[in-house]
Amino acid sequence: HLATSLPLPSERDHLRPRIDLVVFMIDIKSKYSLKNVETSLAYVDASFFLGKVCFLVTGVGRVNACSIEMNAICKLGETYCSPVLFCELELEGIRVATAQRLVRMLGICAGHIPGVSALSFVSLMRMSDDD
Amino acid sequence: MDETVAEYIRRTVLKMPRDEIKTMLQKWGFLSEAQLQTLNFHQIKDNISQEVVQLCEENSADIKQAAALDIIYNHIYQNKRMWSVYQMKKSGEELEYFDITDFKKKFKRRLRSALKNVTITFKEYEDNAIWIRVAWGTPYKKPNQYKPSYVVYHSQTPYVFISASVLKSNLPLLCQALIVASNYHDIREMELRSHSLNSLKDIVFKRYSQNFQTYTPKPLQGGNVEPENADTRIVQENRSEKERIHKLNQEVFGSGPQPKLEFAQYRLETMFKSDPKLDVLDKKEPFRCLVKFSSPHLLESLKSLAPAGMADAPLSPLLTCIPHKARNYFKIREKKGLYPESFVNP
Repeated sequence: HLATSLPLPSERDHLRPRIDLVVFMIDIKSKYSLKNVETSLAYVDASFFLGKVCFLVTGVGRVNACSIEMNAICKLGETYCSPVLFCELELEGIRVATAQRLVRMLGICAGHIPGVSALSFVSLMRMSDDD
Repeated sequence: MDETVAEYIRRTVLKMPRDEIKTMLQKWGFLSEAQLQTLNFHQIKDNISQEVVQLCEENSADIKQAAALDIIYNHIYQNKRMWSVYQMKKSGEELEYFDITDFKKKFKRRLRSALKNVTITFKEYEDNAIWIRVAWGTPYKKPNQYKPSYVVYHSQTPYVFISASVLKSNLPLLCQALIVASNYHDIREMELRSHSLNSLKDIVFKRYSQNFQTYTPKPLQGGNVEPENADTRIVQENRSEKERIHKLNQEVFGSGPQPKLEFAQYRLETMFKSDPKLDVLDKKEPFRCLVKFSSPHLLESLKSLAPAGMADAPLSPLLTCIPHKARNYFKIREKKGLYPESFVNP
């Protein structure tokens, strides 16, 4: 399901399945996109932040078109305890690899992988902080 | 043949891409087909141009022919130049029959009476466009062929497109000659400039697809908002919002291709509005600021802003009025009166 911002339109509530993973896409070339994500985050229920939210930063291939600081993005990931992925949509290889990663994460969040749950993401992130 | 003419022809040929030299020389028609056959177009351009000059030498080319070749090059590569639009005004409503010979005669006479050293060349094209090339000199110097001005005039319209050379001082003279020759009484420069001559013509001749206001009470259901998105597994949550934006965009921009402009410039002479407690700028003077939007295709990028999620729809009328008002240079001043809003200077 694609949405331009949150909250989701309520008229479609009955048509929506259970949400297992929320991916916030930030275009590194657009400050507007970061602002949009920050305001949308307020509409996400706290329970999602136990591994069911992830940030996907796109457009990282164009180094000289960056409008958003790395600091801001890393801080966002830390504040919301959620992983941050970087990708470049214009390159097919990276696009496919990123899609595969997200599908893998989604599988875990939906409970399809025995022995691993969304909480694993949170604990993985904690561990790297301690390094 | 004059040395300067030879050099000018040589340099003009050098400007042309190698695969196009033959067609341009054919269009020129100064060299015979037999002569063109003797040219080897597979060597480096330097050599090709030398051979062309030699053939021109055989035919005794003069500056008139060289200027004609230059017009041909500039007609094909018209988008390399920056064009400004001028509008002429008639004093009365008399419909006069346009006589091209009369026009040319009057134009040349007017220019030459003010400045002896000019090279004037005309070429008419099928779309009723008259191309005029003017190379300017001074009372003491021969015309500089490397910095000519170009004028494109469609005789059935009051519009003239000018690509002036760097020597801007000749512009008033050029304008005068134009109004005298075309029987108008006044000419003014419009605030409209671009590299794409055709797009400027589209804008002033109103040839681009404009959207006429039609009353549609509800958005048409099942509209093909995004025909490329055929994958049914992707669900658009904000479909109704997307459709609203699409409809607004259609209303503002129409559904056809937009004329090609490279920039829009807004000169602001408005008051700086801030919290009065902050007391910024004690002197109540206008805050002068220049805002310039540039893009390889400005209107298409403005049209894609809202659908791409980078701006809210509807866009500011200051941006969307560009083709309707036929201008891309604006001066925005304070509106004097009860409502301190800015207005666009006519």
